[in-house]
Amino acid sequence: MSSPNSAYPDIPETETKPKRHEWPLWEVFIRGQHGMSHRHVGSLHAPDEEMAIKNARDVYTRRNEGVSIWVVEARHIAASSPSEKGPLYEPSESKVYRHPTFFNIPEEVGAM
Amino acid sequence: MYAQMVKSETADDSAEAVAFQARIDAGEKIEPKDWMPAGYRKTLIRQIGQHAHSEIVGQLPEGNWITRAPTLERKAILLAKVQDEAGHGLYLYCAAETLGVTRDEMTEMLLDGRMKYSSIFNYPTLTWADMGAVGWLVDGAAIMNQVPLQRTSFGPYSRAMIRVCKEESFHQRQGYDIMMKMAQGTPEQKAMAQNALNRFWYPSLMMFGPSDKDSVHSAQSMAWKIKMNTNDELRQKFVDQTVPQAEYLGLTVPDETLTWNEEKGGYDFAEPDWDEFFEVIKGNGPCNTERLAARNKAWDEGKWVRDGLLAHAEKRNARKVAAE
Repeated sequence: MSSPNSAYPDIPETETKPKRHEWPLWEVFIRGQHGMSHRHVGSLHAPDEEMAIKNARDVYTRRNEGVSIWVVEARHIAASSPSEKGPLYEPSESKVYRHPTFFNIPEEVGAM
Repeated sequence: MYAQMVKSETADDSAEAVAFQARIDAGEKIEPKDWMPAGYRKTLIRQIGQHAHSEIVGQLPEGNWITRAPTLERKAILLAKVQDEAGHGLYLYCAAETLGVTRDEMTEMLLDGRMKYSSIFNYPTLTWADMGAVGWLVDGAAIMNQVPLQRTSFGPYSRAMIRVCKEESFHQRQGYDIMMKMAQGTPEQKAMAQNALNRFWYPSLMMFGPSDKDSVHSAQSMAWKIKMNTNDELRQKFVDQTVPQAEYLGLTVPDETLTWNEEKGGYDFAEPDWDEFFEVIKGNGPCNTERLAARNKAWDEGKWVRDGLLAHAEKRNARKVAAE
């Protein structure tokens, strides 16, 4: 299930295992209600996308949790790595002027 | 608990391990791709796997009564409850899989006895009242453990626990509802409820695992925040919560030594028979053989379905690629 940029870790180095022939892993995204975006809720195994959606219905929406389901095979997800945290996110830390609270607007001006 | 006597690996004292512990102490969540000590990974696979297996095997004693539920409504409720247990197992397998083990590997380890499931599911469910006792006591004990685990340090495990806990209180309430109906019913029904309580009381207390003084794996797991409370703390909490519920039902907890201890603000109660517990863990409980046989049968007889669906999907994919 893992490639260097996948969402999951590589299988720990200590283990030398033959590749297994299993149902692939799918990541499941659910739109909780109309107007909201799809959110990641978990994963499951299924032989194909049709079964993945059926299984997602059974596993993740038993109590009206959703109005729409997306599934994507986990191996198609590319992910950033924790070691890139600095280069990726630090630049925005110094740009406080991107937030509206950076600017003082006199009270006389009114709501803005 | 659902994960009992999980053997904890030890931490090393590398700089990475020290920094890792500092993150946990600061309340940060560890995510799958973060660096983690090999021992943390191994212990979690063992614990989450055991927890998942317990949910799956836990379907068997209750599934046993689906076809014999007394009313259509009870049957639909029990069916929904057992389906939830399957879902809980799947949430947990997913969480374990983020650590670099596959669900099928874990299943194989359950089937050949390398991994365990909770001792409680090796007891038989003999009467309909047992469905009440299981929901009330067994799910009640599980909730005691799972609520604090929502705050566990490993992100995927924590999120699985949050989902599980949302659904679990339905389980306990439906169990207590069965107990109320039985306890307020005919003398025979009430006797059946009492009998179920008698049989499930001590096995439920065993779910929390051996006494703290005999629990060798706690310290490291607690430092890593994959175990949040000691076995005795949770057991005490469970007894304190459950005794008044039994009183409301007009049923008697099968423990003559049970007394309220004003000083500690909790009940004094008798320990379960730990020799029995260790026998059950070793595989010598009343239903160990039957449970594992049922899981093996389902796995073996389902093989052609798993293989067939995979072959079909691969054939279709190959055709799609060829057409492009």
